[in-house]
Amino acid sequence: MAHSTSTNPAPARAQTWGVLAEFRNPADIYHAAEKVRDAGYRRWDVYAPIPIHGIDEAMGLKPSRMAWLVGTAAAIGASGGFLLQWWTSAVAYPMIVHGKPYGAWEAFIPVTFELGVLLAGITAVFGMLAVNGLPRWSHPLFTSERFLSASDDGFFIAIESRDPKFDPAATAKFLESAGAIGVETVEGD
Amino acid sequence: MSTLHPDELTARRLAGEAPGPSLGREFDRDLGDGTLVSDPAVRPTLVLGNRDFHSITETICSWAENKPGKWWGPAFLISSSIAGLGTVMIAYLIVTGVGVWGLNNPVGWGWAIVNFVWWVGIGHAGTLISAILCILKQKWRTSINRFAEAMTIFAVICAGTFPGIHVGRVWFAWFLFPFPNSNAIWPNFRSPLLWDVFAVGTYFTVSLLFWYMGMIPDIATLRDRAMRRLHTTSAGGKIEVAIGKVRALAYGFLAMGWRFSSRHWLNYEKAYILLAGIATPLVLSVHSVVSFDFAVSIVPGWHTTIFPPYFVAGAIFSGFAMVLTLLIPARELYPGMKDFVTSRTLENMCKIITVTGSMVGFAYGMEFFIAWYSASSFEQQAFIIRAMGPYWWAYAIMVTCNVVSPQVFWFKWARTTPWFIFIVSIVVNIGMWFERFVIVTTLSSDFLPGSWGYYSPTYVDVLTFVGSLGIFMTLFLLFMRFLPMLAISEVKNVIPQASPHGHDDHKANQGQGY
Repeated sequence: MAHSTSTNPAPARAQTWGVLAEFRNPADIYHAAEKVRDAGYRRWDVYAPIPIHGIDEAMGLKPSRMAWLVGTAAAIGASGGFLLQWWTSAVAYPMIVHGKPYGAWEAFIPVTFELGVLLAGITAVFGMLAVNGLPRWSHPLFTSERFLSASDDGFFIAIESRDPKFDPAATAKFLESAGAIGVETVEGD
Repeated sequence: MSTLHPDELTARRLAGEAPGPSLGREFDRDLGDGTLVSDPAVRPTLVLGNRDFHSITETICSWAENKPGKWWGPAFLISSSIAGLGTVMIAYLIVTGVGVWGLNNPVGWGWAIVNFVWWVGIGHAGTLISAILCILKQKWRTSINRFAEAMTIFAVICAGTFPGIHVGRVWFAWFLFPFPNSNAIWPNFRSPLLWDVFAVGTYFTVSLLFWYMGMIPDIATLRDRAMRRLHTTSAGGKIEVAIGKVRALAYGFLAMGWRFSSRHWLNYEKAYILLAGIATPLVLSVHSVVSFDFAVSIVPGWHTTIFPPYFVAGAIFSGFAMVLTLLIPARELYPGMKDFVTSRTLENMCKIITVTGSMVGFAYGMEFFIAWYSASSFEQQAFIIRAMGPYWWAYAIMVTCNVVSPQVFWFKWARTTPWFIFIVSIVVNIGMWFERFVIVTTLSSDFLPGSWGYYSPTYVDVLTFVGSLGIFMTLFLLFMRFLPMLAISEVKNVIPQASPHGHDDHKANQGQGY
């Protein structure tokens, strides 16, 4: 699955990004995704205007690791927030307030919580984008006029040319046999 | 069958194991748009009009793409003028000082704090709808969550303005943040006012991110449509083409290059549910922290442990009212919106208003009980003055609007008649503003009768508040004009065609659930 030029030596194919196939509806693309998965393709994806229920299983995807990312961020935010409050209140600028000890932790709970939530929230959004390789404003798929309907009512499977099993003719034929209503080659790299 | 308990029969029918006649009252179907079925085994349709994916895209995008109705221009002009007036008042305050407000010695917090608490509370409905109802899998939320989240953002902007300008010398407002500075001083983290800075700041940031992340796929839809329009309409004036290019660029930039990949959707959905998970305790914490501004003090009438839950219930109560105030006119003004925001949606929101309104009413009663039970004469006096003292009229308005008015929704007619819901929603908004007013003006009579005083606002107080309504409406009108008002991809996901399994199944409609 490693991307290397030696597996795809033909110069004519260097400009082919992959093959794009359109399907009629979520049910068709669900079954097609299972076929692509079972055929052993690795560098491919399903494009749909909605997150299709159960498509991750049909595609054989591993569960998302977002929870680990966000959980770590929450822990860092909360502990950092607590340390900030403790250090400023007990070390850097000790001040008697309400007759409590400088480092009394009880009053630090609200801000500790808020900073944990803040970092977790920021990480959830920007982490999601980073894990997905976004922002990426230019992509070979955007050159396809047909692909514009992926944001409306189009359901697509694209198999990339860097997939070791990729062959322009055979892959296109395979997608047609999986129920595609239209197949085209996408240029770019 | 006759030996089955009716509930068991319903359960079997819900599971699809038993057919059977409708258990509910047939006449319910005649009310509204047919979504008000009270038979629990009948799942009413979420999206009306037999819409497919394309017609959903077409309708929702057309609101942002086409010229708005004739009402939009005048509405925007009026709102932005009022916003301008409010801005002038804020400028006058900053140049002159907080003395232009009606604050006096016992009442150091006036309308500014009333408005702050009121606006933050309004924001809470958006987060409740987007986060808590998401976790509870309430699918009817998909038609209103974007709308309500936008309301949250704009309400919190208005809210944040008030304490910001209340500090007096606003150029020192950075003292609120823990910055290393040449004075070597740090903020006092034991002050609820500082907790508030962090709570409201976090709330605004997380709400904005939540709103924006939810919008990324929908903005990508607008981007693709703008691109297609550029490709197909080569003819047309130079200005039209230029505007089209700006639209495509702006939407394209904001869409972050989203390409509807299922690998991306997997992380996206996970991130979304995680955000909902952290926003749920966040929304409960924010108004709790706001209530600490009062409850942590030792002022009689403020120093009570009931404040956090009571503030949160009131916040959700007022927020739902504000969503309805905005939603009901929008539903009339935008063609096709009634297919998404059904009578059932409105009815559900009315029920939440009655529940939270009753909680608030219970809290009012409990406050009085505890004041008596505490045997503290100061506490008792504070409550007697609150209800029968110089501000008795504010207390009476509060109880009428917040405790009495939401009870009308026990009647089916009341919660299924949009114009009536609209009126009640405004009454609730007024009532909740007065609740905050009643709490803040408790300051007018504290421990020492010798220092008691009456507080009245000046014209600057009044016009700044009116101005904040203008800022809110201006931002909201811009949102309705340029951004996807309903969550397109989420709405698509609740129609029967979205299921990868039940496509050819004619009972697919049964699978939709409220």
